[in-house]
Amino acid sequence: MELDQFAVKVFVRLRPSVLDPAGEATKSASIKLGAEGIKSLRIGKMIEVKIEGNGENEVRDKIHLLCDRLFANTVIEDYEYSLEKL
Amino acid sequence: MDNFTVGVVVFPGSNCDRDVSWALEGCLDIRTKYLWHESSDLSDVDAIVIPGGFSYGDYLRCGAIARFSPLINALDEFVKSGKRVLGICNGFQILTEAGFLPGALVANKNLNFICDDVELDIVSSKGGWFNNGDEKQTIKLPIAHGEGRYHCDSDTLKKLLDNELIALRYKNNPNGSSFDIAGITNEQGNVLGLMPHPERACDETIGGTDGLFTLKSLILK
Repeated sequence: MELDQFAVKVFVRLRPSVLDPAGEATKSASIKLGAEGIKSLRIGKMIEVKIEGNGENEVRDKIHLLCDRLFANTVIEDYEYSLEKL
Repeated sequence: MDNFTVGVVVFPGSNCDRDVSWALEGCLDIRTKYLWHESSDLSDVDAIVIPGGFSYGDYLRCGAIARFSPLINALDEFVKSGKRVLGICNGFQILTEAGFLPGALVANKNLNFICDDVELDIVSSKGGWFNNGDEKQTIKLPIAHGEGRYHCDSDTLKKLLDNELIALRYKNNPNGSSFDIAGITNEQGNVLGLMPHPERACDETIGGTDGLFTLKSLILK
């Protein structure tokens, strides 16, 4: 049986309660560039995964495990992901 | 204690492994053995140091990849047996990522890589890692890190306080750590993680000996 192919985009963000000094520095540079109106700027990570599996549910389970145990440290980070069947 | 051997873990990217070994062997006459991270045989070491450095280039997060090494997987049983584990700097980051210690280490508040001597208050005597007399003790140790800001939520902080798990606090918090935390232990006291480098303070000729006590305490039962 041919396995289903998926493209997954995982977004990892620092939790709102965690100070993001890199985001603050980038916000400061953005203002120096002349961009107005920036209220908040926080930097996260995007991880692209191509993965195959037996149906969407199985792949979601795998991605959930990866996010929870490796891609994000849930002490300081939140994650979300989008999944596209190829 | 003639045969007591401290294992010094080596990851790709570790860079304080030789300093730790030098301090233990040269300053304290304690035998050491390098443990490559792919080894899971800990049977011939009596204590373990996870040294500083940049394991796996700090990819993803500091310590995030290292925690999946065979050696760190084998560490659970080692810790449960009551043997002592000391994580210094990147070693501390790895111990938090692996869940041996609570919280996480994140980028310094001012984004600088800070390389300096810092004064530290010894807070807890748990595990006997520090020379904690009747009077409040202060020691001076070097730090060298870009991601040493200890972070934990308020519930974890309360647990640390209630159980006396905070080992060291910065006198002048250099990196924005929660509650000025520089080092913590697990509840049993046999695991210590700290950002300062005791191995760099083991000889007067390089600026101090305040790190000797902590390294020497590796041989405590």
